[in-house]
Amino acid sequence: MPNAVDRRQVLLGAGGIGLAAITAALLPAQTLADTAAANETISKLIDGATPKTGKVTLKLPQIAENGNTVQFSVKVDSPMSDTDYVKAVHVVAEGNPAPEVASYFFTSDSGKAEITARMRLGKTQTIRAVAVMNNGAVYEAREEVKVTIGGCGG
Amino acid sequence: MAKIAARVKVPAQAKKGEIVEIKTTVAHKMESGRRKDKQGKVIPRKIINKFVCTLNGKKVFWSDWHPAISANPYLSFYIRAKESGTFEFSWYDDDGSVYKTTAKMAVT
Repeated sequence: MPNAVDRRQVLLGAGGIGLAAITAALLPAQTLADTAAANETISKLIDGATPKTGKVTLKLPQIAENGNTVQFSVKVDSPMSDTDYVKAVHVVAEGNPAPEVASYFFTSDSGKAEITARMRLGKTQTIRAVAVMNNGAVYEAREEVKVTIGGCGG
Repeated sequence: MAKIAARVKVPAQAKKGEIVEIKTTVAHKMESGRRKDKQGKVIPRKIINKFVCTLNGKKVFWSDWHPAISANPYLSFYIRAKESGTFEFSWYDDDGSVYKTTAKMAVT
């Protein structure tokens, strides 16, 4: 009986929703102002270009228990040849007091546009990775992270 | 040149055209400028704000860092092995000091 919902599934589902609600209530959520500030930061970094979605893969944990060190990796789909390569990758954390995290610059000698590093996150928020190609095209990826304990000091 | 514990992992040998991973880390508190001490005074910002990797003197990868980068910053990236030579890694501190380390790679 593939479509029947049994008691166990109902309980599991309810538990999941309950946990999510508690997490949301405990943590100060990211505000619209945060997103606006991040938009401005990104716009400055990419000279007002309009990012398209695709090509960029941003890897983050779904839940970060410790906001002091959250490992992330960014990978951009590109041949990294002399004529077609990724120039820069900017990482922005929308909900941090200062949204800019880091910028990474590549050359055609990089072979692969991929980096792994660790960042601090103040609260549950959206992380954005923006890649600038050598022909000026800009691509973006977003990923949400739930942060249990913020890492911006106090 | 200030002394600081910087570690890099570079393969000693690589085939021409191979894409190799380089892993780096440096011991640094990356004081964000947002923490307060016991008296409630803000601890001034002191972070590494720039990282540069050169191969035989040519810039091949570099990065700008902000206070959101974690303490003891770790970074891994890739390089296409084209020629044998020496990598030089430099970390630039807010206070003006530069921490450097080198690694050799033979390309066959």
